[in-house]
Amino acid sequence: MDKIKLTIDNTLVEVEKGTTVLEAAKLTGVDIPTLCYLKLEDTAFENTPGGCRMCVVEVEGRRNLAPSCKTQCEDGMFVSTHTPRVVNARRTVMELILSDHPFECLVCTKSGKCDLQSLAQDLGIREIHYQGEKSTYKGDESPGIIREPEKCIMCRRCETACNDVQTVGTLSALYRGFGSVVAPAFEMDLDHSSCTFCGQCVAVCPTGALIERDNTWKVMEAIMNPKKTVIVQTAPAVRAALGEEFGYEAGTLVTGKMVSALRKIGFDYVFDTDFAADLTIMEEGTELLERLNKHLQGDKNVKLPMLTSCCPGWVNFFEYHFPDMLDIPSTAKSPQQMFGAIAKSYFAEKMNIDRKDLVVVSVMPCLAKKFEAARPEFAVDGDPDVNVSITTRELAQMIKSANLNFDALKDDDFDRPLGESSGAGVIFGSTGGVIEAAVRTAYELHTGKTLEKVDFNELRGFEGIRSATIDFDGLPINIGIAHGLGNARTLLEEIRAGKSQFHAIEIMACPGGCIGGGGQPYHHGDVSILKKRQIAIYQEDAGKPIRKSHENPYIQNLYKEYLGAPCSEKSHELLHTNYFAKKKKIEIE
Amino acid sequence: MAKDKIQVLVCSGTGCRASKSDEIVKNISQAVIENDIDKDVQVIRTGCFGFCEKGPIVKMVPDNTFYVQVSPDDAEELVAEHLVKGRKVERLLYENPETKERISDSKHMDFYKKQIRIALRNCGFINPENIEEYIAKDGYMALGKVLTELTPEKTIGLLIKSGLRGRGGGGFPTGLKWELTRKVKAEQKYVVCNADEGDPGAFMDRSILEGDPHSVLEAMAINGYCTGADRGLIYIRAEYPLAIERLKIAINQAREYGLLGENIMGTGFNFDIEIRYGAGAFVCGEETALIHSMEGLRGEPGVKPPFPSEKGYKEKPTNVNNVETYANIPPIILKGADWFASIGTEKSKGTKVFALAGKVNNVGLIEVPMGITLREVIFDIGGGIKDGKKFKAVQTGGPSGGCLTEKHLDIPIDYDNLIAAGSMMGSGGMIVMDESDCMVSMAKFYLDFTVEESCGKCAPCRIGNKRLYELLDKITEGKGTEEDLFKLRNLANVVKDTSLCGLGQTSPNPVLSTMDNFPEEYEAHVKDSKCHAGQCTALMQYIIKEDACTGCTLCVRVCPVDAISGERKMAHFINQDICIKCGACMEKCKFDAIYIA
Repeated sequence: MDKIKLTIDNTLVEVEKGTTVLEAAKLTGVDIPTLCYLKLEDTAFENTPGGCRMCVVEVEGRRNLAPSCKTQCEDGMFVSTHTPRVVNARRTVMELILSDHPFECLVCTKSGKCDLQSLAQDLGIREIHYQGEKSTYKGDESPGIIREPEKCIMCRRCETACNDVQTVGTLSALYRGFGSVVAPAFEMDLDHSSCTFCGQCVAVCPTGALIERDNTWKVMEAIMNPKKTVIVQTAPAVRAALGEEFGYEAGTLVTGKMVSALRKIGFDYVFDTDFAADLTIMEEGTELLERLNKHLQGDKNVKLPMLTSCCPGWVNFFEYHFPDMLDIPSTAKSPQQMFGAIAKSYFAEKMNIDRKDLVVVSVMPCLAKKFEAARPEFAVDGDPDVNVSITTRELAQMIKSANLNFDALKDDDFDRPLGESSGAGVIFGSTGGVIEAAVRTAYELHTGKTLEKVDFNELRGFEGIRSATIDFDGLPINIGIAHGLGNARTLLEEIRAGKSQFHAIEIMACPGGCIGGGGQPYHHGDVSILKKRQIAIYQEDAGKPIRKSHENPYIQNLYKEYLGAPCSEKSHELLHTNYFAKKKKIEIE
Repeated sequence: MAKDKIQVLVCSGTGCRASKSDEIVKNISQAVIENDIDKDVQVIRTGCFGFCEKGPIVKMVPDNTFYVQVSPDDAEELVAEHLVKGRKVERLLYENPETKERISDSKHMDFYKKQIRIALRNCGFINPENIEEYIAKDGYMALGKVLTELTPEKTIGLLIKSGLRGRGGGGFPTGLKWELTRKVKAEQKYVVCNADEGDPGAFMDRSILEGDPHSVLEAMAINGYCTGADRGLIYIRAEYPLAIERLKIAINQAREYGLLGENIMGTGFNFDIEIRYGAGAFVCGEETALIHSMEGLRGEPGVKPPFPSEKGYKEKPTNVNNVETYANIPPIILKGADWFASIGTEKSKGTKVFALAGKVNNVGLIEVPMGITLREVIFDIGGGIKDGKKFKAVQTGGPSGGCLTEKHLDIPIDYDNLIAAGSMMGSGGMIVMDESDCMVSMAKFYLDFTVEESCGKCAPCRIGNKRLYELLDKITEGKGTEEDLFKLRNLANVVKDTSLCGLGQTSPNPVLSTMDNFPEEYEAHVKDSKCHAGQCTALMQYIIKEDACTGCTLCVRVCPVDAISGERKMAHFINQDICIKCGACMEKCKFDAIYIA
């Protein structure tokens, strides 16, 4: 590689050719402020439109200021990052951005976590000298995501997430000049668009322009209603990230404190979605073996590879983009919905509660779960299996509103019977985890042998598309894994073209899987946070006495008492679903 | 072109067509048949003659009689008198405004005397819809010469030596630009013609495409040969339907004649051209935005580098040149680099086409040698200021340029001098203003345009231009403060300093140049609430002269907002808080008792 020498703020630095001034400055310890710029290491996410102009610097010999995020270093360059000209320019442009931004920080969901707010504070903006007309747009309140386009600063991060990374293609820049904004085509509602509600736009939005639908008050209303029994389930990825909201290092497991907090908030029973994850493995694993056996027996009609179906963003994606392949994913419901279905049948009957008086709340790392909970097929006589879904961030908010001192909470255990889970249920939260959990069970069911080594390191990792072949006692099973919908699309297109060699594929919509979900504490561009959460998930698994779903005694009991066997008629009724081709219909109001 | 016949050339540019030149063609053709002279006379629709002020124009060849402001009703007389009897129709000849002498040949008119036509050489002389007429004027000879006698290197060397610089605004040396693309190794390269002319009042490129489309096609093919591209794309705004139609005809004819397509002139060189339509966004004249638009993406500029010469259309090396630049190339090849370099100034060679507009007597399209002064353009060619008013300023470079004043009138026009004077060449818009033009309003007019045309990608351009406009609006409304003037200048400088592309980097120029050249006008607006040009209605006051008012009450009755009061037969007065400055009272007053202050 060619080396280049340049001077940044009077410090000589040597960099490789192709390095940007922003990156080179970082090497010398100079953090040039950025706003629209966002790169997520080890993922396909790279947003560098050069649009916010916050990172401008002075380059000797250049007529105007240079955006350091887009300016490549040149030999002998002389860069100054904080001259009065630069600072004045940044402050003035920041004032301009704020002049077209609502002044409602006090009540904005994003307050305290807003990149715009924090940069404005860093720049010391105390007055906006350039005030004038503010833009107004049509907002949108979908079941999962709320769009407040007045808060959009045209950083285009969401557009990059939606188009380049997820290949969903819902969000793009509309109109031009002062009226430009990022929105679905024709400003149609997300609900009517191709949106999968994966929430990755929300995860990267620097302001409050894209946020989750806040359901916390719905939960409180249910808790306050004396007629209702309110139970809660918590997804595996939540415990690995919730602590961040309370100042804990990323990757700190706070399972016990979380359970304790939920109980103090007033839930009647605190259960675990991991229990339902074990149940999912029983159903999905059995389904995989059924398909596999038929395939081995020469049945040409059987569809392989089988795709996992626990990620609702992914389900929305294939329903919209691959409506010709609806018979490929497993028919097993997601753990959230399996939990809801079992809670409102098995548990309600056991406890002698009318299902209408039982309120099931889920705490999820995910925005698509809100959409999934509201799907009409997941309700009985209009009563949804899962009544309310909130995110990790909303749970943190509820804990703060309840003035609980999170740090001082003692560890508590989940309630029984829907709170016990194996390590296999826990790793559902990470990319590769669902398929590893399935392999642990399917191997034993298929071979009749005990699996000695339950850790399948070949299935773990952070690469967007991974594959491995697992030896089922002489039978090689080819497994594919994709996280991020753009990667999923690649595998899907291979299947469509008849080129896929896999028997089973696990797909999760978000980077890293649920640990990087759209409802998780904001990572602000730091991918190491996701990786630490991933490590935490596998730690929790390693520490569990039971690590295979079929060995969970409460799961065994559930089949014995209620369901019969995996993929039985009763199981199908409660735990399996159908998929629907979404119409590509454009509605213009 | 049948040389024996008398040719009746009728301007068929967009402007003259709007003044019924199609009907003139129809009526003349009909009269020619009726007079039974259709064997000897050929009626030809041509491109723009340039003298739009006096259009529609009809020119008789070979005697070069130049008729101006012809109407369809004049057709019969023109045929009967000029063509049949050989007598000139005096009343339709151009009249010298000073001597009142009728001039029949355009070369004796002040408007044309100082012009040198290279890019516009065929406009008004040939039928743009007939390739043979272009060929008869040495058309495609340059392509032939390049393909058979010159290597790409030699051709580019010739262009570099000629000193031709891009006519789209930036003024980058054309030969160098071609050399950059030539040097990049790639299997596929593209040549693009930027016909996204968008400056308010500019129509240079449109006129060339309407009047001489083959000159552009020929030059694009030469470009393809030099840079190693076999595909050309013309990016043109859909609101140029006539230019598009003529381009389509020209491309088809060139293909029929083997001048586009495979194995051109038997040399083994392949080159073909497609048209791509733009939706009329000014920013798409910026080459990276143009390329995005052609790719079907949002018309937004990207950060350079990489330059299109490395990564352009579909990520392939792409050479983008403007229409006028292309139109200059065939003559340079045929007449030589030295010939071209002999015209113009040291660093700006050749000619430049300007769309002369505003308060000059002779509005139109002109092509003048680089180095001519603004005074010559405005007073000699343009015939001075309309209605005998006083010259105040001239805006060059459109919304990206600046305004120049009396003190700049004698500097030789070229790329570098205009920049040094605080303006720019731009694509060649030139709008002349007189003493009744308010410079704050002028700056506001251009900002209104850039606010509308900003793509919205970068914050300073998206919001900054809007705020600049609002500040200017506040000042023209008489609500500005001295602090606003400081804010205006700081904001203008920051927008210029931080915007992503040329649009935002230059859009504050009209503000800064008027602030620099007319500081007293800005101060008068904010300190004294006065617009001395009398253009800002909010700062005007209608006042009744007490001694002249008879108290007839006519004004009271006509005032739509009851702002005027007073006793009958006594002097009246206008309540300024209520007055909406409609001027109805002044119009109605029989005693000239109402004036504007």
